[in-house]
Amino acid sequence: MASHSHNDAHHDGHSHGSMKSYVIGFVLSVILTAIPFWLVMTGGLESRGWTVAVVVGMAVVQIIVHMIFFLHMTSSAEEGWTMTALIFTIIVVVIMLAGSIWVMYHMNTNMMPGHDMDLMSVPQ
Amino acid sequence: MSTITLPKDRATFHLPEEPHHPEGHSTMLGFWIYLMSDCLMFAVLFAVFAVLGNNFAAGPGPKDLFELELIALNTAMLLFSSITYGFAMLAMVKNNSRQVLIWLGVTGLFGLAFLGIELYEFHHLIHIGATPQRSAFLSAFFTLVGTHGLHVTFGIIWLVTLMVQVHKRGLTAANQRRLGCLSLFWHFLDVIWIGVFTFVYLMGMI
Amino acid sequence: MTLTEFIFGRLDWNAIPYDPIVQLTFVAVALGGIALVGALTYFKLWGYLWNEWFTSVDHKKIGIMYMILGLVMLLRGFADAIMMRVQQAIAFNGSEGYLNAHHYDQIFTAHGVIMIFFVAMPWVTGLMNYVVPLQIGARDVSFPFLNNFSFWMTAGGAIITMISLFIGEYGQTGWLAFPPLSGIGASPYVGVDYYIWGLQVAGVGTTLSGINLLVTIIKMRAPGMTMMKMPIFTWTSLCTNVLIVASFPVLTVVLVLLSLDRYVGTNFFTNDLGGNPMMYVNLIWIWGHPEVYILILPLFGVFSEVVSTFTGKRLFGYTSMVYATVVITVLSYLVWLHHFFTMGSGASVNSFFGITTMIISIPTGAKIFNWLFTMYKGRIRFELPMMWTVAFMLTFTVGGMTGVLLAVPPADFVLHNSLFLIAHFHNVIIGGVVFGLFAAINFWWPKAFGFKLDPFWGKVSFWGWVVGFWVAFTPLYVLGLMGVTRRLRTFDDPSLQIWFQIAAVGAGIIAIGIGAFLIQIAVSIWKRDQLRDFTGDPWGGRTLEWATSSPPPDYNFAFTPVAHDVDAWHDMKARNYQRPTAGFAEIHMPRGTGAGVILSALAVICGFALVWYIWWLAALSFIGIVGYAIYHTFDNDRDYYIPVDEVIETERKREAQLASLKA
Repeated sequence: MASHSHNDAHHDGHSHGSMKSYVIGFVLSVILTAIPFWLVMTGGLESRGWTVAVVVGMAVVQIIVHMIFFLHMTSSAEEGWTMTALIFTIIVVVIMLAGSIWVMYHMNTNMMPGHDMDLMSVPQ
Repeated sequence: MSTITLPKDRATFHLPEEPHHPEGHSTMLGFWIYLMSDCLMFAVLFAVFAVLGNNFAAGPGPKDLFELELIALNTAMLLFSSITYGFAMLAMVKNNSRQVLIWLGVTGLFGLAFLGIELYEFHHLIHIGATPQRSAFLSAFFTLVGTHGLHVTFGIIWLVTLMVQVHKRGLTAANQRRLGCLSLFWHFLDVIWIGVFTFVYLMGMI
Repeated sequence: MTLTEFIFGRLDWNAIPYDPIVQLTFVAVALGGIALVGALTYFKLWGYLWNEWFTSVDHKKIGIMYMILGLVMLLRGFADAIMMRVQQAIAFNGSEGYLNAHHYDQIFTAHGVIMIFFVAMPWVTGLMNYVVPLQIGARDVSFPFLNNFSFWMTAGGAIITMISLFIGEYGQTGWLAFPPLSGIGASPYVGVDYYIWGLQVAGVGTTLSGINLLVTIIKMRAPGMTMMKMPIFTWTSLCTNVLIVASFPVLTVVLVLLSLDRYVGTNFFTNDLGGNPMMYVNLIWIWGHPEVYILILPLFGVFSEVVSTFTGKRLFGYTSMVYATVVITVLSYLVWLHHFFTMGSGASVNSFFGITTMIISIPTGAKIFNWLFTMYKGRIRFELPMMWTVAFMLTFTVGGMTGVLLAVPPADFVLHNSLFLIAHFHNVIIGGVVFGLFAAINFWWPKAFGFKLDPFWGKVSFWGWVVGFWVAFTPLYVLGLMGVTRRLRTFDDPSLQIWFQIAAVGAGIIAIGIGAFLIQIAVSIWKRDQLRDFTGDPWGGRTLEWATSSPPPDYNFAFTPVAHDVDAWHDMKARNYQRPTAGFAEIHMPRGTGAGVILSALAVICGFALVWYIWWLAALSFIGIVGYAIYHTFDNDRDYYIPVDEVIETERKREAQLASLKA
């Protein structure tokens, strides 16, 4: 690989999309935003767990929609380096979020004996 | 995707023609990597919110504070600004600088509307005593949402700068590249907002 | 609020420390500074410095400026070290020593911060800056202006930290400033604020330089240099910069949250209203552990280059070396909790992080074996870089083993926060990072300046450091095992004193090593004609940086080289490479700019104003930064062409130089 891409066009392996892709992305985003808002504002599903699952699921799908239709992510842009960077970042983010929550949950449980954590988290 | 053919001959150590690095050929990748590091900043703020977000310290919680109608409106502003920025990019491809300026202006107005609504919300919260100092939950909430808001603010300053640039110099290669970077930045802020409204607002209200 | 308070914030005459040690230092620094400024003015060097160095965007000059910054800060950091060693050696039998608690606590904080952020980081960054573009056959980095700006931000952070010595105080919290000690309640004065803003300003520089070098390695490699044909130092630099980009944002945010607690009164890390100080410890180590690999990985690359060059053999197990580096990069994100096993996350969490920590020793061990197998049956030339490498392998292995010992959570419960830990991390940082940097300086100095470093004083420096290290830190292992904790100012048990006295002697021997290094540089400059190297390749090098002249021309290579092999230059020599003597063309280069200096100066003012609550100045300088950055985007005069005549002239001189060697 010689790593010297010659794009005489103004873009460097990044596409700027088309009217069609922006409109598709927009419509999908509106739908994927409207559903969770509607769900939560109308009181949610029977089970709280399912509501959470639907809301989070919609968010994940919408993030992917944005990545594809607005940020024009493809596996071939910049010879794959943008995708590599994204995947690495996602790995680090997952480690950091899951790790912090796991570690801090155990800290709270072990290091605050006598405190009733449930009491602390009840809003007035 | 290289267009350079390497010499087959292993004793050739120079190309007859110099490989040409066009001005700014690395900028988009560099900016993308910056965005990844910015993404990690938000990840830390989300982690802080996840860990401290239930520590209300006997103060108000999400259900006492958030109004989803307002957040839905705010989300709409950001979504509209995203597609109008897309239109600006399409106008740029067509090399129509007047249209670019118009769409950038519209995008900036949507951005300002978003900020206005956010500031109204913050003002309201502080007014009823839900200040960032009140509890760890509120500290984490204000910092996470506020950091996103600060990013939007800088996005708008950048956008105005680019409007001046395009107005003065037209759609030069450098300006096209800058518009491309801001496009990534703007849509990236949208992605972060999806995380904010889902994990902070919606999950708080379930 | 009075007018004085408005103008000066909390800055007043009480901010001048009345400690005689500090005042004497101030007098010495002031006299030295006046002498330096006077000399520069007398010899009319300001214009030269400004045009050729401060505003330069040449990666080679920026690399050298990073090295000088690191060296200056090393002297400061080492002064702190030796003061601590002397204090601990005499503060027995009721003696309070010669440092009061307020001063002593600042010293151990400043020592850690300076050594990591303003010695090790600038040296490592400077090294990568100098060597990487040459190794990949490039003319500069991807973003030359950003490179200059990054350097000045790092220097700005160092300046903020140094100001604290004479105006106000530094933190008394230890180098990571754990709350609640670093909170506004326990540390109400300016020390922690200096700490925060010094690191934030420098952190901007580090992150941007990480992005810059990362993109450079990805985009600017010479034709033919595929990923698996990159020199190993470039590989380790790539991984280090990935770590920088993916960990420094964490530090930035954690420090922002700490400053919000201090300035705004939020409750992230307080003990009130739901705040949790343990979250700070958790987050800062998510940055902190990758940070130690940021420091050591490039030096692993240096040792690999040195070993294969001085044994005259191809590096053993290049592929396994690359994989080991990548594995270490990823694993470094999975071990952070081993820094706080004792904080109480319990058996399951501790076991997980203990095991991941031990796993890291596997790729690291593989590297040691690769170096040994490279040396096996090689013709080893014990020049200075090789001596440092062998010393590293012996010293670092011991440090690595005590590290694995500490990775066992039950053992860590005994040894946590003891001097055993201090001995361990100095064992790996001095034995790994510092020894590696000296190997690198001795190795690449001839490339940068065209003459070798004097071997005699180099050997004095070598033995001073190696012997001094062991004399200084072996007693700390012993003391740690006996249960002595770190950061103590006075001691009750007289039987411990002898160990501290031995350690102080060791620090003195290290001082000889540092002094000899300074003499080595001075003597080498003095005797530069005897030590001169015209070949550009004094060691029989293997990678592309040795293909050009020493020092390289501004444009590095008149023609971009084509790489056919991992050891591209070795391959070129083996195939009877001939220098091209015709067909030169003008060369496109970036132009220098003063914007980096100006932006960084504004950042220093902003940081200083925030430390002292001078809000108007903070606001003004911040607006200045944003405004000047915008103004800079309107500057279109950013590049120029080196005319073809100048290229021909430079290359002709080089040709004559090489011809004189044959004669």
